[in-house]
Amino acid sequence: MTEMVYGSMPARALEPIIPRWWRTIDKWSMTAVMVLFGIGLLLGLAASVPLASRNNLDPYYYVQKQALFGSLAMLVMAGTSMMSPQMIRRLGIMGFGIAVLALMALPFIGQDHGKGAVRWLSIGGFSLQPSEFLKPCFIIVTAWLMAAAQEVNGPPGKVMSLVITIIVSLFLAMQPDFGQTMLILFGWSVIYFVAGAPMMLIFSVVAAVVMAGFTSYNLSDHFARRIDAFLNPEVDPRSQIGYAVNAIQEGGFFGVGLGQGQVKWILPDAHTDFIIAVAAEEYGLVLVALILALFCTVIVRSLLRLTKERDPFARLAGSGLACIFGVQAMINMGVAVRLLPAKGMTLPFISYGGSSVIAAGLTVGMLLALTRSRPQGQMSDLFGRRGR
Amino acid sequence: MTRTPLRPLARILDARAKGENPDLIERENLRQRHEVMRDKAIGRARFRLGILSVSFAVAFAAIGLRMGYMSSETPMEPKSEAGASSIQAMRSDIVDREGRILATNMLTNSLYVQTADMVDPPRVAHELAALFPELSEEDLLRRFTDGRSFLWIRKMLSPEQQQAVHDIGDPGLLFGPREMRLYPNGNLAAHILGGASFGDEGVASAELIGVAGIEKALDLRLRDPAQAGVPLELTIDLTLQATMEEVLGAGMTMMQAKGAAGILMNVQTGEILAMASLPDFDPNDRPSPIVAKGADPADSPLFNRAVQGVYELGSTFKIFAAAQAMELGLVNPDTQIDTSSLQIGKKRITEFDGHNYGPTKSVAEIMEVSSNIGTGHIALMIGAERQQAFLTSLGLLEASPVELIEAPGAKPLRPARWPDIVTVTASFGHGISSSPLNLAAAYASVANGGIRVSPTLLKRTEAMKGIRVISPSVSRDAVDMLRRVVVSGTATLADVPGYRVGGKTGTADKPRPGGGYYTDRVVNTFAGVFPTDNPQYVLIVTMDEPSGTSGGGEVRSTAGWTAVPVAGEMIKRMAPLMGMVPVVETPPENEITAVKN
Repeated sequence: MTEMVYGSMPARALEPIIPRWWRTIDKWSMTAVMVLFGIGLLLGLAASVPLASRNNLDPYYYVQKQALFGSLAMLVMAGTSMMSPQMIRRLGIMGFGIAVLALMALPFIGQDHGKGAVRWLSIGGFSLQPSEFLKPCFIIVTAWLMAAAQEVNGPPGKVMSLVITIIVSLFLAMQPDFGQTMLILFGWSVIYFVAGAPMMLIFSVVAAVVMAGFTSYNLSDHFARRIDAFLNPEVDPRSQIGYAVNAIQEGGFFGVGLGQGQVKWILPDAHTDFIIAVAAEEYGLVLVALILALFCTVIVRSLLRLTKERDPFARLAGSGLACIFGVQAMINMGVAVRLLPAKGMTLPFISYGGSSVIAAGLTVGMLLALTRSRPQGQMSDLFGRRGR
Repeated sequence: MTRTPLRPLARILDARAKGENPDLIERENLRQRHEVMRDKAIGRARFRLGILSVSFAVAFAAIGLRMGYMSSETPMEPKSEAGASSIQAMRSDIVDREGRILATNMLTNSLYVQTADMVDPPRVAHELAALFPELSEEDLLRRFTDGRSFLWIRKMLSPEQQQAVHDIGDPGLLFGPREMRLYPNGNLAAHILGGASFGDEGVASAELIGVAGIEKALDLRLRDPAQAGVPLELTIDLTLQATMEEVLGAGMTMMQAKGAAGILMNVQTGEILAMASLPDFDPNDRPSPIVAKGADPADSPLFNRAVQGVYELGSTFKIFAAAQAMELGLVNPDTQIDTSSLQIGKKRITEFDGHNYGPTKSVAEIMEVSSNIGTGHIALMIGAERQQAFLTSLGLLEASPVELIEAPGAKPLRPARWPDIVTVTASFGHGISSSPLNLAAAYASVANGGIRVSPTLLKRTEAMKGIRVISPSVSRDAVDMLRRVVVSGTATLADVPGYRVGGKTGTADKPRPGGGYYTDRVVNTFAGVFPTDNPQYVLIVTMDEPSGTSGGGEVRSTAGWTAVPVAGEMIKRMAPLMGMVPVVETPPENEITAVKN
């Protein structure tokens, strides 16, 4: 007997969570990320040994640690990718609140890990870098505000998100951590761009940046020197970049062989900022090309899948996450090949770092959740209840 | 967007008339507007997301292409930390005052290995071990095969060795050009030059840095690229230096001394013309500075006795007491001084070997016989404070300012307090220690007319101008007294005919490390000035623990028998080299002159 009650929830043909997740997730991107993480462990075997020997630890101490954090990151990624866009939004907003509080607490209880910047919080023996977790959560919040602004009678989301962006950037710049500041500003710009920034504005901003660049080049000696050094085809072989370039040349197409690399012993940041140089030296162009292809797969596939997305929040948040993930990888590798001026930035999933890999897991998990294939428009539009 | 939409009034009125809810119409209207807006946003976003994807794809492709381009380039050789090849041929030569080479650079080769290019590591290891006895075959083979790509074998190769290595014929064996520091005169002036070794090393070149002596003290000048072609000119005269080392070495062997030092200095300018310390070493192959446990570092051949050796210089100090007393107007050379006895508290001052020089002697006679009691009385007239001030003004109580890295470390030893007993013993050079070089500078100051002299190894063309320590007439009197010591006092063996040598001997017991003095170990010093009618040079000769019999039967360990004849021989040989013309004293007629050659 069928009992029909007025106003009751419509019964949904419930598909079990895991099969539905498997059916709707972007399997290519997920596989690419897992392979990237595997490559990260493989390179950690090479690149973190000098660090361990400098700190008088077991040679594979950092590899074991990274494997532990990496597994955690994979769990975080899988768990997050099973969430619905609403859940992601809630998670992001709560996470943003916590991360901003932690960021504000840094000047008082933060720690300096020897680079002249206070970036770490120590909790129960673990060091956490709040700014890593702040990035994906910030993207979610910004996308939420921008999407809300697109509603009829919506709040002034653009202005609000801009204010938040500026405040967060100031906190990051205070640490100082200009790399993360740049990423935050870039993330906001991308979301604004996808949300429909007027073309006039984009062109005038580009023009203003170029003008500002010329002015500072002419007025500031420091700035001019850095740019000259970057433009100069002769690279100083004693600089970090010099060693990285030499390592890439040593590696050639197929590398000098497992564990034969030298650059990891020379560069203090071989396991983080210059991991790609270690990859190029020991495994050659082959592995570097694979890494590039994997990153490219994740980003381009995610962005293309998002073109089909009709929900503005999912679209904006997804493109923001994909772009900061991609840009971080791009800057890291662009520096090593001297396409970009020197700027310290980790390579997501590949560089060593607990906070970095877990935050990357969170970022990609959210991205995968937002790029899952969902019924787009047709049915929900017909029934007039769109998920928002 | 925030504008409140106008209600489609007609439909609402119509609905009201029919009794329907007008809010539904409004909501439907809103939904339609929203739909249109959203479709527009999707269209725009689709385009912009496309742009973003293409940009990322292009950026990653660019990085990939750039990486591929770089991978196809040939890598550079491993670079030294100091980088560029410009560190070659940079160290200035060192020459003596006549421009003769003391230190220069020579092109040689280092040997290194690129294991990747090596064809037959076991054979190479075997052959290298046969060529260079200090390398072991097993060790070489292990290092060739343990996975490293690059390793150094030797820092320097002789041309013969290089040819032999070349003949092994393995492509993995490579030579890196090296500038090595060469001291063509071997041991000559070893302590002054010190030595040099490699600093930063790369394949293409290596940096030469001074490790001791003037090479280290003036390292920055020698490495200064702006002065690379300008040799560093020293005050040393190679011939005088060689003569001094030869005579000093012969004397040391004869007296069975364990060490010896000599200094020849220009009294006007403070220029050091020769300075030697024995035993010495070859700066081309510096011995290890590590001293065996328990051994005295002062016995190492690396130890520069002339500069680093801080000794009680004994009676050579007496002239300073006499000169100061004359300068203060307390005495003149003929003033009679009590030489019978001197008692300070419980301590009784005695003469050497228990001599007794009678109740009184003149100041000049006190110097001549070297009376401790007489000098003590003079010192008591001067007083502790003025004595300290005078010795300080002569530079005897401070480290020597000479341009050697070892000099600042050799601080003279002086008692913490300065009671009367110290005043007395210091006047004859006991209980206070200084280096032979300080003594040379002090004698130069006394002999040159009274202007303070600071010793130097760098050419100084003009006479010292500066602090006057004694008046010219006192200087004249002091030099006359020194002449008298040589003519008829304790230093007669230094009286080289024709060169009018003056000087003063000193014999001091060596202090025990734990306190007190050895009874059988002495330091003998002769401080000489010549020619006394117009003083030009000071010569210091120091013998450390002489124990020979100097030809006689008994052990003669006073300076008069050890340092003085050595000094005499030096003057005899060096004065002609310096172009000094001997004043020939025409022998009185009707006398037979024995000519000895």
